Amino acid sequence: MQRGDIMAKSKNLSDYQVSQSNGKVANVIIWILLSIWTLVNLYPLYWMVLFSLKNDTEVYSNKFGLPKEWAWKNYQTAMRVGNIGRNYLNSIIVAFATILITLVAASMATYALTRIRWRGAGLMHKIFLLGITIPVQSSIVPVFVVLNKLKLRESYFAMILPYSAFALAMGILICAGFMTEIPKELDEAAYIDGCGRARVFFKVIVPLMKPAVATVSIYTFMQCWNELIFATIFIDKSYLFTIPVGIQQLVGTFTTSWGSVGAALTIATVPTVIAYILLSRRIQESFIAGAIKG
Amino acid sequence: MKSKKTDGLTVFLFLLPGLLLFVGILIAPLFMSAYYSFYQWDGLGEKVYVGWGNYKTLSLFKKPDAFAFGVPAMHAAVKHVFILAGLSLVLQLPLSLGLALLLGRGIKGERFFLSVFFLPVLISTTVIGRLWQKIFASEGLANSILTGLGILKEPLNWLAESEGNLLLVAIFIPMLWQYVGYHMLLMYAGVKSVPKELREAAKIDGATNWQVDRYVVIPSMKQVLKVSVIFAVTGSLKSYDLVAVMAPQGIKTQAAAVPSTVLHDFLSNRMKYGIGSAIAMVLIVLCFFFALLINLLFRDRDAKG
Repeated sequence: MQRGDIMAKSKNLSDYQVSQSNGKVANVIIWILLSIWTLVNLYPLYWMVLFSLKNDTEVYSNKFGLPKEWAWKNYQTAMRVGNIGRNYLNSIIVAFATILITLVAASMATYALTRIRWRGAGLMHKIFLLGITIPVQSSIVPVFVVLNKLKLRESYFAMILPYSAFALAMGILICAGFMTEIPKELDEAAYIDGCGRARVFFKVIVPLMKPAVATVSIYTFMQCWNELIFATIFIDKSYLFTIPVGIQQLVGTFTTSWGSVGAALTIATVPTVIAYILLSRRIQESFIAGAIKG
Repeated sequence: MKSKKTDGLTVFLFLLPGLLLFVGILIAPLFMSAYYSFYQWDGLGEKVYVGWGNYKTLSLFKKPDAFAFGVPAMHAAVKHVFILAGLSLVLQLPLSLGLALLLGRGIKGERFFLSVFFLPVLISTTVIGRLWQKIFASEGLANSILTGLGILKEPLNWLAESEGNLLLVAIFIPMLWQYVGYHMLLMYAGVKSVPKELREAAKIDGATNWQVDRYVVIPSMKQVLKVSVIFAVTGSLKSYDLVAVMAPQGIKTQAAAVPSTVLHDFLSNRMKYGIGSAIAMVLIVLCFFFALLINLLFRDRDAKG
């Protein structure tokens, strides 16, 4: 009986070793599969950079190779004619204002919802979180009408306000996750020292919220940096175009010249890629936090 | 001790910025959209009550005989996003799950692969659209590769409006391509949350990697899979960006219309705010309906399991 057990165990053990050596072959196959998908992901981007550096004849005659003549002037054209610099500035202004408003509104609301006891706090919290499921399309017509009436449609506000409002629910979700982990004793100690609610918020809570600030900022940034539907419906004046709208609206020389389109696309993409290389783990975590807890 | 009265005021002041944004831009517009959808209105003049007229104009359930006064086919637009959602469920999510499971086994270069696969999610969809427009151009990458390999005899005219279905294929491919990494990341987080000991134990009991994935890992990922399915379906219904960028004459193109581009068309080019609102309401109802349905489907399985 006992011997049989040992036999069975050793049999399992040898099976395990066999499956491990099989594992090496399997690993190679897995590695090949993952490499193929890597190629499918990266080759289009590589090809984009490639044709951004070719002149108009080489684009057709030399599709896959490195450019024989490096056409750096495409980048000049993209900056000058495509006005990518201006689009960048607009995107940065809109993104930073949105992040600031979202952070202030979300952290204040979360404080009132999770750290002050009042009737209806739980219900209010749930109502705010419903915001995650409301599609932006439901706001477009009424906000368009109101902004038109207020003569605010052709302004940064036409983007900043909707972006902040739609980022708010996720902001509260993320802030609440961090804020509930701060021990309540800290607040109580501060009350005993004679602090009011507002002082506790600014002196005790806010300094401890740094990780939440980073996560909310990254998430909000990614949302509004790439946003197209509000920006393209609300904004007609080209001096207010953000990068996505600027890229969408490339016309004129850009319909025929591949090189300058490629250059504009590359200029729009490089900073994102650099930021991602520097912050990849943080960025991935903020996307996971946004989705899993929701 | 704090007095109740000052607390009420504090709560109100702390909630105020959030409430203004939330009510002003999400909640009030939701009700205004519902209200506008029963009126004929150009945004300036008098509103005229038309009952369900706007919804009837959209011809959701039957193919319109002709494009009466140039109504873009909402019928077709809804069909397109349903096809997209279906493709997403049968192609995109299984691929994402496969990648997540393979990465979750702890392969060499795990971090590198993960980061590369997620990269397209971060790149602006307009850039992706413009890039794939070049890939599918008649002199582009797709035709060169496919004719080079002998799969195609002649280059295809992918992006022509007359080639409706081909245009849809050319737009759907980058849509599905871009977000594989997103779903993979969520699922990878789910895979990684399975305790190592559980995996090891199953292996010592003689389970193959495939069996571990099938019987240990996937059943513990229900929550993540539900989120992914909801995002994939509602995301498809709401899709806008790539169509707006890649369809040749922009938003007016019928062949690749989706509800959001039809909405944009009615708002910006036709000044028909009532019909625009009706389209928004249809989208909202569809999104909520499918989110609830998917929640229910996943709950049923929980009960049985």
